[in-house]
Amino acid sequence: MATGYSFLHRHILGIEQFSREDISHILATADSFKEISARPIKKVPTLRGHTIINLFFEPSTRTRLSFEIAAKRMSADTFNIAASTSSTTKGETLIDTARNISAMHPDIIIIRHSYSGAPHLLSRYVKAAVINAGDGAHEHPSQGLLDLMTVLEHKGRLDGLKIAIIGDIAHSRVAHSDIIGFTRMGSEVHIYGPSTLVPKGIDQLGAIVSPSLEEAVRDADVVMTLRIQRERQNDPLLPSLREYAQRFGISREILALARPDAVVMHPGPVNRGVELNPEVADGPQSVILDQVTNGVAVRMALLYLVMGNS
Amino acid sequence: MQTNWRITNGRIIDPANGVDQTGDLLIIGGRIASAGEEAPPDTAEIDAAGCWVVPGLTDMHVHLREPGQEYKEDILSGAQAAASGGFTSIACMPNTEPVNDCAAVTAMIRARAAQAAVRVYPVGAVSKGSEGHQLAEFGELRAAGAVAVTDDGRPVEHSQLMRRALEYAGDFDLVVISHSEDRALASGVMNEGVVSTQLGLKGIPTAAESIMVYREIALAEFTGQRVHIAHVSAAASIDLIRAAKARGVRVTAETAPHYFTLTDEAVIGYDTNAKMNPPLRSAADREAVRAALADGTLDAIATDHAPHSILEKETEFDTAANGIIGLETAVPLALALVRDGVLDPGRVVALMAVNPAAILGLEGGNLAPGAVADVTIIDPEREFVYTADQVVSKSRNTPFLGWRLKGRAVLTMVGGEVRYRLPG
Repeated sequence: MATGYSFLHRHILGIEQFSREDISHILATADSFKEISARPIKKVPTLRGHTIINLFFEPSTRTRLSFEIAAKRMSADTFNIAASTSSTTKGETLIDTARNISAMHPDIIIIRHSYSGAPHLLSRYVKAAVINAGDGAHEHPSQGLLDLMTVLEHKGRLDGLKIAIIGDIAHSRVAHSDIIGFTRMGSEVHIYGPSTLVPKGIDQLGAIVSPSLEEAVRDADVVMTLRIQRERQNDPLLPSLREYAQRFGISREILALARPDAVVMHPGPVNRGVELNPEVADGPQSVILDQVTNGVAVRMALLYLVMGNS
Repeated sequence: MQTNWRITNGRIIDPANGVDQTGDLLIIGGRIASAGEEAPPDTAEIDAAGCWVVPGLTDMHVHLREPGQEYKEDILSGAQAAASGGFTSIACMPNTEPVNDCAAVTAMIRARAAQAAVRVYPVGAVSKGSEGHQLAEFGELRAAGAVAVTDDGRPVEHSQLMRRALEYAGDFDLVVISHSEDRALASGVMNEGVVSTQLGLKGIPTAAESIMVYREIALAEFTGQRVHIAHVSAAASIDLIRAAKARGVRVTAETAPHYFTLTDEAVIGYDTNAKMNPPLRSAADREAVRAALADGTLDAIATDHAPHSILEKETEFDTAANGIIGLETAVPLALALVRDGVLDPGRVVALMAVNPAAILGLEGGNLAPGAVADVTIIDPEREFVYTADQVVSKSRNTPFLGWRLKGRAVLTMVGGEVRYRLPG
């Protein structure tokens, strides 16, 4: 690490806010925390006496659990709030909730929300550090960072790699964070999916839009697939998951076009037989569970770093 | 009330009469004096040296929220904001509660408007309740004082209804104003493009507007009737309007200051004061709007003044209401186009005074002898920082707060009566 570096971010709203140096520092910090989870007694006192609130306006199993485990392994006190957006009219609930939570003096609020920008709004109303655990189709920075960490572990570097991201780019906050993160670290991100799921202007944000699945995957170091939903809010995106699996899913034959040492990733949960053929999902090149393991380490690092800066 | 004035040494810009010269303007009894008329002894003088003296500005597209949403704005507060922005006439959209779809609501607005600082002209609904099913009673609306009809805010989806509206409105010499939007395409919250992708917000393609602009042009062409396109934001719409005008279709169109000033990059940071419908577009669209203001494809600048309280605006971007207030910032934003070399002063006056009055068939819009003395005096060099405490409207939803603006109405005169005078 370069001398004189310090982590200066009060909130973590997106990978967009991080420089290359920031990302390297976060990944190094996460790497140093990873060993804690392998101990028989998986607890360090680092965040003892700190209050962390998981404020989830969208259902989540693994991200919420991952943040909670990360916090508890660092001895923080954690509280989970599963709020509903269905009762939210015009946002008063988010702001009211924010003010009420803030009045109880938490140190960190981790928010997931179906609306892009909700963490930004929250950060204007609370004194606590805000960590975005996924907002709409905007960003999911901790997922992007754990993807970077997983690739770094397996490839030993992040620059000069070819990353193929396949699937629903348009609605995926993971894809957005990954595109920003990997390109910032010097990799090339090639994306491919049905045209209904490739958003306007994504090429101007650093991604290379591939003309075919084969071109996207050919010689890739990483093949990342994204979860598919057939329809969203009456928007007819795909005729069927069956056709998606045939035309856009990753089979063994398609994966064979990638580099022999390519790794297969997925942010989960996987629709088996849709985005990934089961034998690919469970095959030797899959590092999906490593992603989950690294998620805890990355989130420990983020909690530690935002507290170090408060 | 004083109605005899001599406005001295101003630059009189009256494009309807081909006038742009420095001199005095004499007003007697609330009307522009004729050559050779003698000023009465009680004539007061207004020094307009360094200022423009122009026909009173008309904003043909405002939302005054009364009846029904007076916590956002009412007829008197909106008219006060208009006067302070240099407008002498405003036309208020019918999407009130209840909708202005009948003579009773139109008459109520007219009655309230009698106390207002500026002339307020109601615009009636195209369909009952603006629900898009049954035509509103245009004859009654016209008789009660409506000057146009529109379902603004709830675009007419049913093409046959729009066709019949154009035909029937012609019987009462009413222009139909179209909020052109294909709602199935327009399910997003901002312009669709690189910025919406970057912010993870659902986009609204420019085609959502241009498809409906073309429908209105096709219907106006087929029926031979007039149609006016509201708040044009997209280059594709402008190309359609330009071509339609060239072949003689009776189409007119307006844009709003935010479309020639801002782009969708204003949304970055999830600023809900950059959320409006149609949405702020790309830099290329903004350039097309500017060019169309200059070449006559666009006829009018209208603000789409849309007051909302913080209840509707201080919220997640997805749930925030569309629209911004605009009456108090239109003049400086239009004058910025003069400084940028896009428009000459006469064109600004045509866009903000002459043409909107003509489209709606209102008096005003010119300074010919005998014309009603609706006059705006603009100091093109006056600079100010637009801060929340200066806002005259009841609502403060504008992305221009904190902007240093240049060019300002310093005096607004309606029928020879001074209704606003900038202190100092």
